[in-house]
Amino acid sequence: MTISAPDTIYRVETRTRTSTIAGLVGIVLILVLFAAPAFASRGLIQDLFFILTMLTLAQFWNLLAGYGGLVSVGQQAFVGIGAYALFAAVILWGLDPVPAILLGGVAALVLAVPFGFFAFRLQGAYFAIGTWVLAEVVRLIVAQWRAVGGGTGTSLPRTATENIIFTDQIAALFDVRASAARDILAYWLALVLAILTIGGIYWLLRSKRGLGLAAVRDNPQAARSVGVDAQRVKWFVFLTAALGTGLTGALIYMQKARISPDAAFSLNDWTAYVIFIVVIGGIGTIEGPIVGVLIFFLLQTLLAQYGAWYLMILGLIGIGVMLLAPRGLWGSFSDRTGIQLFPIRRRLMGGPLTIKTPSREE
Amino acid sequence: MNWIDTIVQGILLGGLYALFAAGLSLVFGIMRLVNLAHGDLIVLAAYLILLIVSLLGLSPFVAALIALPLMFGLGYVLQKVVLNRVLGEDILPPLLVTFGISVVIQNALLQGASADTRRLPTGDVGVASISLGGINVGILPLLTFGSAVAVILILNHVFYRTALGRSFRATSDDPTTASLMGIRPNAVFAQATGIAMMIVTIAALYLGMRANFDPAVGPARLIYAFEAVIIGGLGSLWGTLAGGVIIGLAQTIGAAINPEWQILSGHIAFLLVLLFKPRGLFPRAFD
Repeated sequence: MTISAPDTIYRVETRTRTSTIAGLVGIVLILVLFAAPAFASRGLIQDLFFILTMLTLAQFWNLLAGYGGLVSVGQQAFVGIGAYALFAAVILWGLDPVPAILLGGVAALVLAVPFGFFAFRLQGAYFAIGTWVLAEVVRLIVAQWRAVGGGTGTSLPRTATENIIFTDQIAALFDVRASAARDILAYWLALVLAILTIGGIYWLLRSKRGLGLAAVRDNPQAARSVGVDAQRVKWFVFLTAALGTGLTGALIYMQKARISPDAAFSLNDWTAYVIFIVVIGGIGTIEGPIVGVLIFFLLQTLLAQYGAWYLMILGLIGIGVMLLAPRGLWGSFSDRTGIQLFPIRRRLMGGPLTIKTPSREE
Repeated sequence: MNWIDTIVQGILLGGLYALFAAGLSLVFGIMRLVNLAHGDLIVLAAYLILLIVSLLGLSPFVAALIALPLMFGLGYVLQKVVLNRVLGEDILPPLLVTFGISVVIQNALLQGASADTRRLPTGDVGVASISLGGINVGILPLLTFGSAVAVILILNHVFYRTALGRSFRATSDDPTTASLMGIRPNAVFAQATGIAMMIVTIAALYLGMRANFDPAVGPARLIYAFEAVIIGGLGSLWGTLAGGVIIGLAQTIGAAINPEWQILSGHIAFLLVLLFKPRGLFPRAFD
């Protein structure tokens, strides 16, 4: 008869059987997505690029608003500054566009410091409009920057877009033209970025810092009383979201190869759509933006030809979801079924619960 | 003399921004709701006035009188049917719903009235001016500023001298206790939004007569209104007027130096106030 020490039997787990299966399916999906350029058409690759970049933006907005309680309507500032940093690095300093993407992220991170300094002086709802004003200020200042086209914008020089690293190898590998190879490169980078984002956010939420984040969102006073520095948590989330949004912005505009202040700092394209994706899918969940971006893409494919009607319908769906199912489609589904693909709730396993079942160590 | 002229113009422009801001300030003061569709509702009201003008051939002032009760009704219904349902501790639902309303109004106007820029016909008032101590001042800017002062006087009177104002203040302080005293907070909120929409209509009248508008100009009006409210300090209507004047002054002075800096200088004035007086110049509310 063996008696194991009680403290070794208990363990804290977040993993469930569903999440294990979801993880395995996810790995297969990722492998298929990486291999997609071998069998998918160029149009499909471009669609997937759009979906992945919007998903990444949505994940970061969800991190801000859904987990951090920071409803920002000014994230287009970081998309724009990331994109402009890439263009400046390529046009003015002759950098290769791929490493310049990293510079876009750094630029967004640097911008986020003064941006947050002003925005955090405003509370709650006023924070939202405050970020909007700040994004406008950044747009107006960048529009004065003549070296990258001023108010009318500019394009990446042909010499730069034709010599992006890896494109020759990709073109040879898949036997496609250089322009298609550039799309494949951008797509792979978007895929890597999306995986790192989702993985990183999931890791963050399961860590001690994630617990602090949830505590600050749910009750700032109570969180402070147990030693969570709310201001620090907010800064951390804000800077992380800025970095990720800036990287995504730079990547999006590397693929577009043409920029203007109105497009790169567009409230509709980079914040309104993103908000609708998160709200419709389910705010405060990692699965929500994934569901949301698929619905968004579907709606756009079906309705984009109707122009203004499309945005009106998107707005009405957003309002309807907020009124009728505030936790979004995934949130409602998850509430009803208990299914979570990315569970973060810690559960106590082992101990008396598993003593009744035959030990596997026998 | 040119500088004095610029400053007078800036102060008068501030009247328009104060009109944009008064409705936003009222709604926030009573129910802590920040309406992201505020600017688009101003533009909607401008189109409504334009519609009445072109259908009935009336002067914009008379058309605005007809639009006033209609906009009150719209505000009342909007609050009662939609916004009351999302008020609460969580700030996210009202922000997202009003953001959705903003997108819907913009695109509905785009669909119904096209992206062409419009203007309300002003007749003689638009070009008339009087000479004040050697400076020529347009009648219309003077009327705008006078209306802003009148709106704030009336609002202050309603707030502090009437039963309706008492119920506004009571609900603002504590909706639960107010409802014990026979006040229905939901009805009070609906009336407040209705009144805010009447101010929006007055703002729309002057917006439409003084400048071109199209369905996309709403968000910028929201931003000016917001800046005026924050500069003035939450809860102070006279502060809001001062905030509007500061934005107006910054914009006209900026534009006098370099036309491209007009909007940017207004924003920078706002950021400077935020930097040195984060609670605004005349703070009253504490939340």
